[in-house]
Amino acid sequence: MSTNEGYYIPHKAVWPVMATAGLMTMLAGFANYLNGSSAGSSVMLFGLVVFLIMLGFWFALQSTESESGMYNHGVGISYRMGMMWFIFSEVMFFAVFFGALWFTRNLSVPWLGAVDGAFDSGPGRATFTLWPDYSATWPTNGPGNVGGHFEPMGAFGLPFLNTLILLTSGVTCTWAHHGLLAKNRGQLIKGLIATVALGFLFVAFQAIEYHEAYTEMGLTLGSGIYGSTFFMLTGFHGLHVCVGAIMLSVVLFRSWKGHFKPENHFAFEAAAWYWHFVDVVWLGLFVFVYIM
Amino acid sequence: MSAVVAEHDDHHDHHDHGPEKGILRWVFTTNHKDIGTLYLVFALVMFFVGGTMALIIRAELFEPGLQFVDPNFFNSMTTMHALVMVFGAVMPAFVGLANWMIPMMVGAPDMALPRMNNMSFWMLVAGVLLLASTLFMEGGAPASGWTLYPPLVLQTGKAFPFAIFSVHLLGVSSIMGAINVIATIFNMRAPGMTLMKMPLFVWTWLITAFLLIAIMPVFAGAVTMLLTDKFFATSFFDAAGGGDPVLYQHIFWFFGHPEVYVMILPTFGVASTIIPVFARKPLFGYASMVYATGAIAFLSFIVWAHHMFTVGLPIAGELYFMYATMLIAIPTGVKVFNWTATMWKGAMTFETPMLFSIAFVVLFTMGGFTGLMMSVAPVDFQYHDTYFIVAHFHYTLVPASIFILMAAGYYWLPKWTGNMYNEKIGQLHFWLSAISVNILFFPQHFLGLAGMPRRIPDYAIQFADWNMVSSVGAFIYGFSQLLFVYIVIDTIRGGTGKVTAEVWEDAAKHGLEWTVPSPAPYHTFSTPPTIIPTEHIVDH
Repeated sequence: MSTNEGYYIPHKAVWPVMATAGLMTMLAGFANYLNGSSAGSSVMLFGLVVFLIMLGFWFALQSTESESGMYNHGVGISYRMGMMWFIFSEVMFFAVFFGALWFTRNLSVPWLGAVDGAFDSGPGRATFTLWPDYSATWPTNGPGNVGGHFEPMGAFGLPFLNTLILLTSGVTCTWAHHGLLAKNRGQLIKGLIATVALGFLFVAFQAIEYHEAYTEMGLTLGSGIYGSTFFMLTGFHGLHVCVGAIMLSVVLFRSWKGHFKPENHFAFEAAAWYWHFVDVVWLGLFVFVYIM
Repeated sequence: MSAVVAEHDDHHDHHDHGPEKGILRWVFTTNHKDIGTLYLVFALVMFFVGGTMALIIRAELFEPGLQFVDPNFFNSMTTMHALVMVFGAVMPAFVGLANWMIPMMVGAPDMALPRMNNMSFWMLVAGVLLLASTLFMEGGAPASGWTLYPPLVLQTGKAFPFAIFSVHLLGVSSIMGAINVIATIFNMRAPGMTLMKMPLFVWTWLITAFLLIAIMPVFAGAVTMLLTDKFFATSFFDAAGGGDPVLYQHIFWFFGHPEVYVMILPTFGVASTIIPVFARKPLFGYASMVYATGAIAFLSFIVWAHHMFTVGLPIAGELYFMYATMLIAIPTGVKVFNWTATMWKGAMTFETPMLFSIAFVVLFTMGGFTGLMMSVAPVDFQYHDTYFIVAHFHYTLVPASIFILMAAGYYWLPKWTGNMYNEKIGQLHFWLSAISVNILFFPQHFLGLAGMPRRIPDYAIQFADWNMVSSVGAFIYGFSQLLFVYIVIDTIRGGTGKVTAEVWEDAAKHGLEWTVPSPAPYHTFSTPPTIIPTEHIVDH
């Protein structure tokens, strides 16, 4: 616990407040864009670029400080705790959308179809007169047939391939970690290249899957509750894969420059944890969105 | 336990330099005391912004009929008053206290992640700026109530996406702040500061931080679904597409119920810190306080639908959420008992922080009892969405959270500034607040039981008398808070004189912060202090 001796305390931070200003500009621009303002999208883009540049400076500074040995063991523990609890907050974010899927499939859709379930005083009974012809089976776009006819996404085409890709990338990531620990820089770099490549391959396949859904299956974000939950869950996951792959790319770049030691490689660990988290979320998606 | 003495050197080692000069010091600072000050000042400003909105509401409700504002603006005021007070005033004030006090209480040189600390403050400012900007937009600020229930909230005008993104930014800010608190407490304690020796303020903040990390992403997810429902054709909360507006309520209150404990748990922590000092006894039942805090935090996640008794829940749900909610009374009762037992036969003195703390114990208990009343599902059908619930939660927030924030201000201002505040004006502030807050909120119980609905700019004639009383109380309460601003400024400029390191009699036995000089130096505990357990203070 006596990690405080020599704990590095930075005395001035320029990048965080700049990054915040960029993020706020981006969101204000996005909000204006949604309200139909023509300048919105360029303001949004400008804010995003500022945000990313400032984050870039910030991370570069962190990396320089780390390589020059300014971070002792205690600082490392703080960073690991920070990453751990950040990932926990992400878990809770995904839990909301999984929860929405569970609630609509098991409660609100059966109630809409007035299917008698465990709750005989449930609100479903009133719908007899509202939508007498609604069958309330999953997948559904609701009694209003919102978004028109669609085909649900099957599990054993591209999604299954993507499952294999992501699981393999988890293995290559761990292989790279072993390389780092064994001071085998070739293995580290090869493993990271494979992981990043598999990550982007996953995203590419998902793009193809989305394209098929929109052009051939009539399945869109607007296809009632099925389309909403399908695209929000897989879409946010895809976004996280992109973020994870970018993190791993940075780690790859740093490995190539000769950074990281077996006893000090927080950035690698953080990116790897994040990658495994994204992996686990996908397994949940594959089971609850695609298979069931 | 809080009874500790610290031994540490006050020597200044080579990297111990003071603050930068000029305004940029505050923009780029990573110092926990600077950031704590920023949070506290920001919260105080927002307290008056939100308070002004409350006074607009009470002015309109002074008598029946439409007097000053149009109904949509009135609804914007109820919504914005709540959002500003919750996310702009109470939460940031406690984060400010956490920033100032936690490193000093556990013997750490600073917060664990100082750059992120800076960012979480500025994210808060960014979020509040986005929120405040909605006041000037076409269609007005959000007017759906702070719960942002669909489908009503989807009728918001241009303000809608700004409000959503504001929630995102406030959420990110809170999560970063919470991560910092957890890392500081787990990783930065001085040798010997074991978990069960930590002051209760530190304990309650640790548990609050867990709550925040668990719930802020949930709220972010909920408002994201609102955003896509409005702009991207999703059907999460639309029955025609197979969704359900009640789903939003479930998600919101899964966030919202722990959220109210985010505002009350640190309140408990400060009360548990102040009462022993002025009762001149150690805190009664320290361990049970810790466990009760944990129990309340756990229960807060499994009771959310008691906010939804009238929405058409299955009967099994009504029963479960009713009984689960009642359980909260047990750990809360433990806490009230412990505070009372701490004061029992204590050599009490009644300085301003203690006065506010005692008022908190009494008035918070009243808010707790009305909460217990509403936990009874069949009875809640009468109280739901009336002024009774308004009275209930204002009793748990104003004479509880706000009073304790005031108490914390008086208690620690001498440590922060090195000067004593004006005790006479402090006590005047207390008595004006304590009396007017009851004139303000107590009649609202009667109004609610008689059937006056909340969030309404006009009302039937039979509610006129108590509304008038309530509005009079509101204006006395609101304006008497200006005394606090005067006292803070006066104390910074010298107050009634210099104070010692200990400030309060024997305070050093109750916390490490009283072992460093007053005002606390810019950097404290660059070298960790050694914690030596001492005998508990015996009864006088």
